[in-house]
Amino acid sequence: MKGVVAAALPLSAFKILSPAQVKASVGDSNVRWVFLVDIQKCVGCGFCVKACKIENEVPYDVGVTRTWVERYVVTKDHKTHIDTPMGGRDGYTSSKIHGEEIDPDTITKAFFVPKLCNHCKKPACVQVCPVGATYQTKDGVVLVDRSWCIGCGYCIMACPFGARFFHPIYKVAEKCTFCYHRITKGMKTACVEACPFGARQIGDLKDENDPVAKTIMTKRVGILKDEYGTQPQVYYIGLDERVR
Amino acid sequence: MDAATGELVVHGAEWTTKQLFVYPNEFIYWSIQIVMYPYMTGLVAGAFVLSSLYHVFDQKDLKDMARFSLVFSLALLPVAMMPLQFHLQQPFRGMNVMFTPHLTSAIAAFGFVFSTYAVIVLSEIWFVYRQYFIEQTIALKGKDTTSDTLKRWLYNILTLGTRDVSEGALAIDKKAVKILAAIGIPVACFLHGYAGFIFGSVKANALWMSPLMPVIFIMSAVVSGIALCMLTYLIIMEWKKFQAILAKGRGDESVIVIHGVEMDVMSKASRYLLGFLIAAISLELLDLIFRGYTAMKSWDILREVMFDADFFKIFILQYGLGNLVPFLLLVVPKKQTLKTLALALVLILFGVFMMRWNVVIGGQAFSLSFAGYMHYHLPLIPHSLETYKEGLLGALTVFATPFVLFWIINKFVPSLRYR
Repeated sequence: MKGVVAAALPLSAFKILSPAQVKASVGDSNVRWVFLVDIQKCVGCGFCVKACKIENEVPYDVGVTRTWVERYVVTKDHKTHIDTPMGGRDGYTSSKIHGEEIDPDTITKAFFVPKLCNHCKKPACVQVCPVGATYQTKDGVVLVDRSWCIGCGYCIMACPFGARFFHPIYKVAEKCTFCYHRITKGMKTACVEACPFGARQIGDLKDENDPVAKTIMTKRVGILKDEYGTQPQVYYIGLDERVR
Repeated sequence: MDAATGELVVHGAEWTTKQLFVYPNEFIYWSIQIVMYPYMTGLVAGAFVLSSLYHVFDQKDLKDMARFSLVFSLALLPVAMMPLQFHLQQPFRGMNVMFTPHLTSAIAAFGFVFSTYAVIVLSEIWFVYRQYFIEQTIALKGKDTTSDTLKRWLYNILTLGTRDVSEGALAIDKKAVKILAAIGIPVACFLHGYAGFIFGSVKANALWMSPLMPVIFIMSAVVSGIALCMLTYLIIMEWKKFQAILAKGRGDESVIVIHGVEMDVMSKASRYLLGFLIAAISLELLDLIFRGYTAMKSWDILREVMFDADFFKIFILQYGLGNLVPFLLLVVPKKQTLKTLALALVLILFGVFMMRWNVVIGGQAFSLSFAGYMHYHLPLIPHSLETYKEGLLGALTVFATPFVLFWIINKFVPSLRYR
């Protein structure tokens, strides 16, 4: 009798799911986490980088980081000087960029650009992971399964933003998670909490009343590296064409 | 963690230096082993294609090379996996690719393509040598030494229980070989073209992203595979000639026969080599010219890397020493000598290696920001497991393995003696 029942079960009842598919069922599909950076408010203090490293246990004294702040200095000769020593962790106090002293009188404009994973709508990193260890949750966040990643580095290569690296201790792909462990509990990300000037904000694009969603829908915002077609979900106010 | 100092080591930081603006997380993550990976798969694919030229297209002049290159491609086969295993940060999880292949990834199919190819090569070898295995079990019957008993036991297993050596059965063997070789060609090309696709489809990398990449990889793969087979064949035949000279003297007929066969096989195989070499160079130059002409956003930095930092590696070592010189060595002399041929082969192998280097390392020589550079310093003397695996010694280990394997396989499946 049991055999008959088993034979009568449709084949579709037995579906093999990859870890990526299983993990992708994580999250609430009524939410779409997005990030908003106001470049005009950022002073390059590096508090966000510090907070992120501590919150997410990324070794403090190594160069790799989940989020970083870049400094752009444009001089009268139309040159753009860019740097991000230690990801901007300790702020910018030196007027030297790559060993070159920049004369303040020659500067035409200067600004700071915080960067982090763009949690793209069409993430290239998820596409290329050979084992499905990196996946996108229903609410749009791209995560890595540390217990399944083989450490091939293909996702690192595929990310046009340089957001990924190998974790020096776990030896697997590592990246910004939008502090998923915090935002899913109603808290803000560590970097948003740490920013003294409100340059960083996290929000839900699907919630009409969310201030971040409102800004994105009503103000002029930009994204990074549109040409790769990954549809980044970190939006910038005051983005300059010189930003890389 | 560096065992010696106890300091945290960021993967890639040991061999990468940065210049100007490079994102903090950027390092040369794909290093020497990822240069070795397409190089070794290329050799596998090339060796197999060479043997198939005889089995499928009936190029009789390649008969001697065909059997040899087929067995050699088996020796190369496990080595195509080795560099990947060396490169993985979690080598023990490598098998996950087979458990949960994520099919949108170009790497995910590797396990399947590779296994399919392995099955084809193994079955083809079995059909080629079936008769030999059976003959050996009969010849070794009645011999009592332990090694003979062991050998008979092994050959018994290798026959898989077949004993039929009638003409009809042998004709079926031949047909099976032909069919397998025919299926094998597209699979071998796929195996390698697909290695090209792994790079060509990385849209974030300005140097790699090109639809020509798979075809370029296939052509250069065939070139390197043929060259390595020819070179190994040449060395083995020279060794035989040397043994014959020692035993019978320089003027002996056997020495002259060996030399004649060797020269004949070499000059015929070199014609195919030349054809594939021309195809490979044309495609590479087309890619370069196209990039320069269309001059997309990335061209500024690509041009700087190609014509400045990497000029010596690309234009002198790869195109000059690795392509132009051997091309001239193959075309110009009216009468080929084994010495010039050997030199040409070594240079071609070097040229293909440099091409892989310039693609893999060259593709990471500039930052994703297009505003900075990264320089690669190959770890020569290892001071940790990582600097061994992803250093000169690791690469040499990978390169030496197929020769050791061939030596072992050739003991049981003689690819040169048996006619």
